[in-house]
Amino acid sequence: MAGEAASAHDVLVIGGGGAGLRAAIAVAEADAGLSVAVISKVYPMRSHTVSAEGGAAGVIRPGDSLEEHAHDTVSGGDWLCDQAAVEAFVAEAPRELLRLEHWGCPWSRESDGHVAVRPFGGMKQLRTWFAADKTGFHMLHTLFPTSLKYERIARYDEWFVTKLLVDDGRVSGVVAIELMSGRIEMITAKAVILCTGGCGRVYPFTTNANIKTGDGMALAYRAGAPLKDMEFVQYHPTGLPFTGILITEAARAEGGWLLNKDGYRYLQDYDLGRPEPTPVLRSMELGPRDRLSQAFVKEVEKGRTIDGPHGPVVHLDLRHLGEELITAKIPFVRELCLEYEGIDPVRQLVPVRPVVHYMMGGVHTDIHGATPLAGLYAAGETACVSINGANRLGSNSLPECLVFGARAGRAAAEYAAPVASAEPPTPVRAQVADERRRLDGLLHRDGGREPISAIRTEMQRAVEEGAGIYRSADSLAKAADKLRELRERYAAAQIEDHSRTFNTELIAALELSCMLDVAETIMLCAQLREESRGAHQRIDFPARDDERFLANSLIYRSAGGAPRVEYLPVTITRWPPAERVYGR
Amino acid sequence: MADHIILQVTRYRPERESEPTTQEYEIPLHEEWAVLDGLNHVKDQLDGTLSYRWSCRMGICGSCGMTVNGEPRLTCATFLTDYRPGPIRIEPLRNFPVIRDLVVEIGDFMRKLPEVKPWLIRDEDAAALEGELLQTPAEMDDYKRYSMCINCMLCYSACPIVGLEEGFLGPAVIALAQRYNLDSRDKGADERLDVLSTAEGVWGCTFVGECTTACPKGVDPAGAIQQYKLTAATESLKSFLLPWRSA
Repeated sequence: MAGEAASAHDVLVIGGGGAGLRAAIAVAEADAGLSVAVISKVYPMRSHTVSAEGGAAGVIRPGDSLEEHAHDTVSGGDWLCDQAAVEAFVAEAPRELLRLEHWGCPWSRESDGHVAVRPFGGMKQLRTWFAADKTGFHMLHTLFPTSLKYERIARYDEWFVTKLLVDDGRVSGVVAIELMSGRIEMITAKAVILCTGGCGRVYPFTTNANIKTGDGMALAYRAGAPLKDMEFVQYHPTGLPFTGILITEAARAEGGWLLNKDGYRYLQDYDLGRPEPTPVLRSMELGPRDRLSQAFVKEVEKGRTIDGPHGPVVHLDLRHLGEELITAKIPFVRELCLEYEGIDPVRQLVPVRPVVHYMMGGVHTDIHGATPLAGLYAAGETACVSINGANRLGSNSLPECLVFGARAGRAAAEYAAPVASAEPPTPVRAQVADERRRLDGLLHRDGGREPISAIRTEMQRAVEEGAGIYRSADSLAKAADKLRELRERYAAAQIEDHSRTFNTELIAALELSCMLDVAETIMLCAQLREESRGAHQRIDFPARDDERFLANSLIYRSAGGAPRVEYLPVTITRWPPAERVYGR
Repeated sequence: MADHIILQVTRYRPERESEPTTQEYEIPLHEEWAVLDGLNHVKDQLDGTLSYRWSCRMGICGSCGMTVNGEPRLTCATFLTDYRPGPIRIEPLRNFPVIRDLVVEIGDFMRKLPEVKPWLIRDEDAAALEGELLQTPAEMDDYKRYSMCINCMLCYSACPIVGLEEGFLGPAVIALAQRYNLDSRDKGADERLDVLSTAEGVWGCTFVGECTTACPKGVDPAGAIQQYKLTAATESLKSFLLPWRSA
């Protein structure tokens, strides 16, 4: 399959994680006559979906309602969500989760055999399905083998896509490098679905895997499709220091407390409710992630955090939950704490700090996953529909991969079916030849000035300093200047490895260029949004400003390469903007 | 000033050399560094040409398996200080063709995996999604440990049969087949029998048990194989005594 497949497909899915595999299966089921392929820089089961821990939200319990899930999502997103998209999302999420159950996903169960649900941050009801605390792992390892059932889904495993081909305003395929051989190929497709995940690696401290370098966002942006809401970056409140490994929100949903250096549950000081011994929905430790991460910064400013070897931390206290519950409900948390911190949460406090986790922004799509560029679709974290607005609620991203992966797959199939197959025309062949020259030039570059890693490290530091949990015009301008300098230095970066065989330095260089583009869009969108909303907190504009900014940012790359930002009014269907209220 | 430790890393660049060589790198020895952090230090600071796979660095994506001082290990979950004072020998996983440096070719596993139909098999129409297929926690326990496989290939590296018998399905593939056979929702055990109950399947295993020792996720492939041998023997006896069943 991989490598031997024909290099022409009706639909090509880039990325083999939750969204990509769901999209590929949707294409295969929509139209048996279509040729569909998944291309990914890693084997599908290595995709970052595998790291998701806590769960997947979908209304299933009597007493819960789609309206409540939608309202939690919209208020959690500080009213920047597209409400039509949210309504479609909450309506389809339960069926998608059920479909996964029928495909074998080992969802945790009640004693009577029904699927169990747990509380989650910002959710007013118990609606988060989970497979212990390896939910993403089990979802991916259900989707991947299920995809093998569909023999017509071809795969290009360990191929890195470097460019989208565009012919007369329509996407017509990609150029990609096969890692094993280094050969550069054109793969044509009538429709392309981007499912490449996020770009957490533009920051120095992130839960994201090494592969999360914003490739799909950069591919779309360079091809002329706009990115949306790039200024909204989610910091998860509980990452392990040094590694950035995520300690799932489920740890707090099961009853964990956040304590400052005085052993005090400090969230009560930040309008998040009163401390109770057991979890209260939409309150305290079950508040939304943006508010919890912001509270951490305030605690640092008050001098009430603990100084650790890797900077200030607070403590996650799970001791009162007991060994039995920890082992049953959050075993991976214990495994990770033991392995990477030498701490047993059954008996010890876990040091944690906020960590970059998720991009609310991404490639602008409509409710069907279609981008404004004909033939280009996107789903999952790489896309921005937007159901997450200015702050995503925990456990909405996994069902988002399923719901919008399936939607994008169906839409791409419908789009591709009537398009006639044709040999790539001369302008496309010229694009391929140009790309080949660019890649060969990079591979054979001699006498570069500094290593890729040096530029990457400086970029990460600049992005964190410029667009961290709190931003200002000053911090953003400085970071934007630094990024300009780094782009120039990148042009003269050194490539020591001139081999075609599995050249990971070349791939790192290509990833870095994607990250530099994405970082620039984050910085500019954050500079222009002169308000504070959700995860975007401007110390110089501390209030939400619905007059000017009840709108999604759309950033385009103009022909000369300079970015240009426009605003798109938010779609409001049923929930007019209101105050976000937690814990009262 | 931090301590230091030596990594002895296998290099193989097929365009330049016909045989693998060993290269030494001296790296800082930090308390919290995994072997993978050491390799990343080499890649970023000392030698950009070293190739290896990694991604999640939290022991769940299965990318970074290598041979560390002779043992198959996930390098993101193996710590430098455990090998003090060193040196630490880092080689590619065994029993696989090497593509480059520490990167091995796992295409053989990827081709064998679909042969055992590692997906839920049911009679029902795919469109029927009336409700959950009920499964009690006890029923889930029957297959749960086999569902924890991350496809990291450490068991293939450890298994002496994999190295000798090209056709052998191998520990992870058999454990994954058994994961579905034992799932109360699955009806596909008969369809998997013909592939599993063969010399390339469970009967190829001589029960050395190295796979279970190597598994970083407690999957116990050796147990899955032994358990299935019993099932396969029973099925074969049934088809002999009750031949109409196999019609």
